[in-house]
Amino acid sequence: MQKAIKRVYMSIIFLFLYAPIIVLIVFSFNKSKSRGQWGGFTLDWYIDLFRDRQIREALYFTILIAVLSTLISTIVGTIAALGINNMTKIGRTVVLNMNNLPVLNPDIVTGVALMTLFISIRMELGFLTMLIAHIVFSIPYVILAVLPKLRQLNKHTAEAALDLGATPAYAMRKVIIPEIMPGIVSGALIAFTLSIDDFVISFFTAGTSATNLSILIYSMAKRGVKPTINALSTLMFLTVLILMLIINKKNDKGEDIII
Amino acid sequence: MNKNLIELKNLTKRYNGMTAVDSINLTIKENEFVTLLGPSGCGKTTTLRMIGGFEDPDDGEILFEGKLLNNVPAYKRNVNTVFQRYALFTHMNVYENVAFGLRIKKVSKSEIDRRVKRMLKMVDLEGFDKRYVDSLSGGQQQRVAIARALVNEPKVLLLDEPLGALDLKLRKEMQIELLDMQRSVGITFIYVTHDQEEALTMSDTIVVMNKGVIQQIGTPQDIYNEPTNRFVADFIGESNIIEGTMLEDFKVAFDGLLLDCVDKGFAPNEPVDIVIRPEDIRIVVNPDEGMIKGTVTSVVFKGVHYEMIIESDTREYLVQRTMMFPEGSVVGMNVQPADIQVMKRGDVLCSEEEEEE
Amino acid sequence: MQRRGRGRIAYPYVVWMAIFIVVPLFLILFYSLTEGDIHNIKDLKFSLNSYNRVLEPIYLKVIGNSFLLAGISTLICLIIGYPVAMIIANTDIKYRNLLLMFFLVPIWMNFLLRTYAWMSLLSPNGLVNRFLLWIGLPKLEIMPGKGAVLLGMVYNFLPFMVLPIYTVLSKIDKHVIEASNDLGGNSVTTFMRVILPLSIPGIVSGITMVFLPAVSTFVISGLLGGGKTPLIGDLIEQQFLSSRNWHFGSSLSIILMIMILISMAVMSRIDSSPEEERRKI
Repeated sequence: MQKAIKRVYMSIIFLFLYAPIIVLIVFSFNKSKSRGQWGGFTLDWYIDLFRDRQIREALYFTILIAVLSTLISTIVGTIAALGINNMTKIGRTVVLNMNNLPVLNPDIVTGVALMTLFISIRMELGFLTMLIAHIVFSIPYVILAVLPKLRQLNKHTAEAALDLGATPAYAMRKVIIPEIMPGIVSGALIAFTLSIDDFVISFFTAGTSATNLSILIYSMAKRGVKPTINALSTLMFLTVLILMLIINKKNDKGEDIII
Repeated sequence: MNKNLIELKNLTKRYNGMTAVDSINLTIKENEFVTLLGPSGCGKTTTLRMIGGFEDPDDGEILFEGKLLNNVPAYKRNVNTVFQRYALFTHMNVYENVAFGLRIKKVSKSEIDRRVKRMLKMVDLEGFDKRYVDSLSGGQQQRVAIARALVNEPKVLLLDEPLGALDLKLRKEMQIELLDMQRSVGITFIYVTHDQEEALTMSDTIVVMNKGVIQQIGTPQDIYNEPTNRFVADFIGESNIIEGTMLEDFKVAFDGLLLDCVDKGFAPNEPVDIVIRPEDIRIVVNPDEGMIKGTVTSVVFKGVHYEMIIESDTREYLVQRTMMFPEGSVVGMNVQPADIQVMKRGDVLCSEEEEEE
Repeated sequence: MQRRGRGRIAYPYVVWMAIFIVVPLFLILFYSLTEGDIHNIKDLKFSLNSYNRVLEPIYLKVIGNSFLLAGISTLICLIIGYPVAMIIANTDIKYRNLLLMFFLVPIWMNFLLRTYAWMSLLSPNGLVNRFLLWIGLPKLEIMPGKGAVLLGMVYNFLPFMVLPIYTVLSKIDKHVIEASNDLGGNSVTTFMRVILPLSIPGIVSGITMVFLPAVSTFVISGLLGGGKTPLIGDLIEQQFLSSRNWHFGSSLSIILMIMILISMAVMSRIDSSPEEERRKI
């Protein structure tokens, strides 16, 4: 009885979560442009999607910015974390509080604040400002992922390496970095997904010359429904699903799932 | 004699085809301190959890004061448990932890206050009322767990390796305190442990379990002096276990020796296991005065006594004496008939077969 | 000595933070306290006008609406999400990760797309209404409007409520629950007195994680509310992008930040109250 109630409850929740996605997928194959009517099967919207220069460009910017900002923020964030870990308590508290601001502040505030800065220093909004903005909000997450690993690191591990004749650089490369690698990787993953998914901060810092997918979808959705969005959604959903299945397979024994 | 409080009849529990507890029968009397003793995985904790109501038996009965307890949910049973890692409520202070059961029973506020205070005094935690449990030391947490259970005045207290997480010194202290508590509140304790010394120190009755089967039930003295099989002899204390033959009543033979003993009731020439405790072997300086001749091959000082290994022509003997014989010396060994314990062979094997049924 | 010296490699990042995190926030504070032509700094004068403007009833209503809608959607997420977290936490370990994964897949999909999906479902001629018509029920006219905004918030942020609660619940020692049963607690008492209080840290972080993005959103209200129920996020967006009134937009941002700070302080008090008591002793 109790079990049945749980089943029904979870089914309703999953229906609620997936219904909109399924509808998008089904209508991506709909010949009719209306979102209530089935007009027969078609792949036209997918073809449109690949022909659409705007979408191709947005996709290019999205991925380019995600890759670049992940790369830069992972490197800078890791170095910063190494430094923060060696700071005095007061210094560390101050730096970490500053670092937490973009994490705790609403995205919209971070977005408008950066936009204000860029305009005030006469920087033209575009690709570069969007990239900087993404790095700004990504580094704090990398630091928050790497720092706990550094804390766990046995202080004597590095000393042992030095004792055995390693130079500080060698100890860093061969001992410390490998030990904190899991933190670096998860920091990079968080940075990448945040960048791919970001809309609000990009929206305020991108200007008109650069557009990412989120901004494009927003403007398309505001203007009215275009079935190409359905096709795009379908492809993006499938990508996410496949990625998640692969991660889950690999992580089968691990407890954590990265959000 | 006290009356029976708990009876287990053919109690059985299986996990995915593995039999954890195999048709055990046990009677526990009022005010008894019973210890379930055995290696990990022997079914002792499972038995305790079935009495507590956290596991449903697959077969058999649990009777409480003659009434069937099987289908009574845990929260309605008049037994309380002290869990292995205490399982204290970390979101409550000491006072609230202890008052938990009473609050559920809707006991009046003044009564709760009186009983909790009295219990905290008993476990030596007066003045700790407002402390949160994770600010306490292991020993203090242990006392809270005991107070939380005892304050409900259960007929039976179940204790699942309650001292397992404490260091040796604290454990010894708590053993004595627990015994005092049991005597003063006068309730039945069912105690699970894998520590034979703890079991010997505290129990009225020890139930030795292995592979889900009860090996022996008896007083600590019985279990130590008269183990019924090789497993019990091996598990409790140190012993020399020797394979031999029971020629007739009071006569046992091994290694070409014929010895007097006090055991009887075996078939003529029945193969048996013989247990001789290391402290029961006496050493004589003149090898010819001993029943067995041997050479001392190792001597270790143990504080109270020396532990020596003495090698005869056929086997090694573990011997504990307060007098030291240097390595290499040839000595004689004697054993009193009463110190020779003869056991039926194959009891362990037999029980293993039962398990497969 | 040597350790302290190595702290220096963080200095470039400290400079970076000063430029891109601290200065922008001070700029916002600066603009909120001034008026005049933003492109001509010399022309700017100290003024509290934009804060006064926030106090106009029309804007107070917007701010009130934002907190009300975010609050309601947080409450709905808690009521719907807690059982979900409990069911997942009690699922057999073999299926738990899979269940959790399927629960989380939708949040990996672009936020805009998910919101867009509800646009097509809820529109006057959308599938929901066709379905209602088909089974003979009246039309559901919530989009554009508050109802649709609420639904969008719950849909988008529900996982942020479930996840922290699930994490806390799955870490509760099973023996603690048994101890409660042992002491006479049936399943209802055990839930009320043991499980629920132990899961408060999860509830607190769930509430924060839902409330924070909900109160500052402008996407959900923009797409599903159709401009009928502007939220504080919409106002800020307008001031910076269309009205170009940075002073007013900045003061709105500052107000939003302060209100969020206050709510977070309140929440963390609830979370840490036992610890504080502990420290007092």
